[in-house]
Amino acid sequence: MVAKDLSVSLCGLPLKNPVVPASGTFGFGLELADTMDLNVLGGISLKGTTREARFGNPTPRIAECTAGMINSVGLQNPGIEALVTDKAPALRRIYDGVIIANISGYSVEEYAFNCARADACPAIDLLEVNVSCPNVHGGGMAFGTDPQSAAAVTQAVRAVTRKPVFIKLSPNVTDIVSIARACEDAGADGITLINTLLGMRIDIRKRKPIIANKMGGFSGPAVFPLALRMVYQVAHACAIPVMGCGGVARAEDVIEMMMAGATAVQVGAENLRNPLACPEIVQALPALMDQLGINSLQEIIGIVQ
Amino acid sequence: MQKRIFKIECNDLVARDTFRLVLRTDGPVAIRSGQFVDIAIPGYYLRRPISVSDSLPDGVVLYYKVVGEGTRALAAMPPGSVLELLCSSAYDREAFPPDPLRRFAPNPPADTGLAGLGSGFHPEKCREAALLLGGGLGAAPLYLLARELLALGRQVTAVLGFNRADEICLEQELRALGVPVHIATLDGSVGTKGFVTDAVAAVKPAFDRFYTCGPLPMMKAVCAALDAPGEVSLEERMGCGAGFCYGCTVQTASGPRRVCADGPVFDKEEVLW
Repeated sequence: MVAKDLSVSLCGLPLKNPVVPASGTFGFGLELADTMDLNVLGGISLKGTTREARFGNPTPRIAECTAGMINSVGLQNPGIEALVTDKAPALRRIYDGVIIANISGYSVEEYAFNCARADACPAIDLLEVNVSCPNVHGGGMAFGTDPQSAAAVTQAVRAVTRKPVFIKLSPNVTDIVSIARACEDAGADGITLINTLLGMRIDIRKRKPIIANKMGGFSGPAVFPLALRMVYQVAHACAIPVMGCGGVARAEDVIEMMMAGATAVQVGAENLRNPLACPEIVQALPALMDQLGINSLQEIIGIVQ
Repeated sequence: MQKRIFKIECNDLVARDTFRLVLRTDGPVAIRSGQFVDIAIPGYYLRRPISVSDSLPDGVVLYYKVVGEGTRALAAMPPGSVLELLCSSAYDREAFPPDPLRRFAPNPPADTGLAGLGSGFHPEKCREAALLLGGGLGAAPLYLLARELLALGRQVTAVLGFNRADEICLEQELRALGVPVHIATLDGSVGTKGFVTDAVAAVKPAFDRFYTCGPLPMMKAVCAALDAPGEVSLEERMGCGAGFCYGCTVQTASGPRRVCADGPVFDKEEVLW
C-alpha cells in the first residue's frame, strides 16, 4: 500500500489528520489521556466554555434514541479563566495537535470577552464560537438562528483575536446558507456545522419527558444525512473552510463528509458510546483510502459537486 | 478505560423481572464493590451502566431488572453470546503514578486485572461492624461489599427492602457468606412490614458505619434515620459512563460531581437531598 497522506490544513494550521472530537463529547481531553494516545487526533475541540462557571441543567440530561441520543448538559463548565489558566495549558503539555477552544456566551459582549481571554492563551490554536447550543435559555442558539445576530457575534469576536475563528452553527434553521454567508462576510475564518437538533423523548410509563429540561440536543448516526447535506450546501456557498460534524461514526463517514466539502471532521455522540471511536477511525482511514484509490485526503475535499 | 469482550455464562430470571448475569472474559478481573461496568447491548445506542454484584477471578456477576427495551433485549441473550463491556484498566495510581509529561499512556501491566468504572465503597473505613442497606436491586453491589468487609475481619449485617416477596434477591447469597439478613417488604409478605428503616428500628443492629444503595427516597430516609458515618451509591442516566460527557453531574456539598467518575459512591454528607 502506498503511504497515505491523512494531513489537512485548516486556515494554515496543519492537522495530522482530519479527525477531531467534537465539543462536549470529549471533556477537556485530559479526561481521556489515560485511555488513548491523544496525539493520534488531528485536533480536539474542548468543552464549551462561558465567562462564569456553570453547573448546567438538572438531571436527567441524557436520553437514548434510535441511532442516537439527546443531551441536555446545558454548558456545564468551569468558566473561561479555568480554561485559559488550567485546562488548555494542561492539555498542551501532553498533546501536540490543534487545540480548539469552544466559546459560548449570553451576550455579544460575553462572546468577545471570552474570545479575548482565549486569544491570550498560547495553548489555544483556534476558536470555535458556539452560537448554536440548544440547551441554554437567552443565549447559545438564539445567536445562531438569524443571520444578523450571527454576524454581530462574528464581528465582535473577530475584533479581539488574530487566531482562526470558526462559527459553530445550528441546524435548527430554515436557511443555513444565509447564516453561514453572514458569518463569512463578518470575518469568520471557517464554519463548524452542525450542532445538535432540538429533540425530545417522553417516558411513556411516567408520562413525562425523559430529559429534566424537557428538550435537548439530538445527535448520533440518525442525523448524519442532514448534517452532510448542510456541510455540502455551506461548503459550496462559502469560500471559507468547513468542519463537518453530525452523526460521524466511522471512517466511511469521514470520507463522505470530506467529499461533501468538509476540511476537517468532528466526531461527537459516537465518543459517548465508544470512547475509542476517534483513534479507531484514524486507524481505519489508510486501508479505506487504499480501497477507494485515495492517496491524500486533501484531494477529496469538496470533490462532489 | 478499555473495552473488553465478555461471554455470557448464564443469564437467569431469579426474581420478578430480575436477572442474574454471569460474564467471563480472558484475563484477570479485580473489581471493587460499588464500581460498575457499562454494557453495550447490540442494537441500542447507549451503553447500560450496571453495578457489579461480584467480582470473579475472570468475570463478573451482575443483576439487572427488565424495565425497557434494552434490558428486555439483554434478557433474551442466551449463554454463549458475547457482550462488550466498558471497564477501567486496573490502573493503580500508587503503584504506577501517572506522568503528566508522558506522550502516551501505556496499558497497565496485564496482571493487575480489569477494574470497574467509578469510585467504590470504602470497606476499610469501617472500624468494627458495618450495616448494609439495600433497596430492591440496590442489594446487588452490597454482596461484593460484604465479601470485602468480611475479608477485612469486620462484622456485617444486611437489611434489604423490597416491594413484595417475589422481588427478593440476594438474601440467600448473603446468608451463605454468614451475614445476618433482615428483610422488609412494603406489603408485609416477608419480614418487617414497611421500609428498611422500619426493619432497622425493629432489629437495632450494632454498627459504626453504614453503606446504602437503592432508590433515592429510601437512601434519604436511611441517612436521616441513622446516626453514623455512611456511604451512598447514587444512580443517574449516563452518557459516556466514564467522566467526559458531563451527562450525569449532580450538585453536591463539595460542588458539581459526575456520578459516573466521581461517584457513584459518595459520603452521605456530600449528597444534597
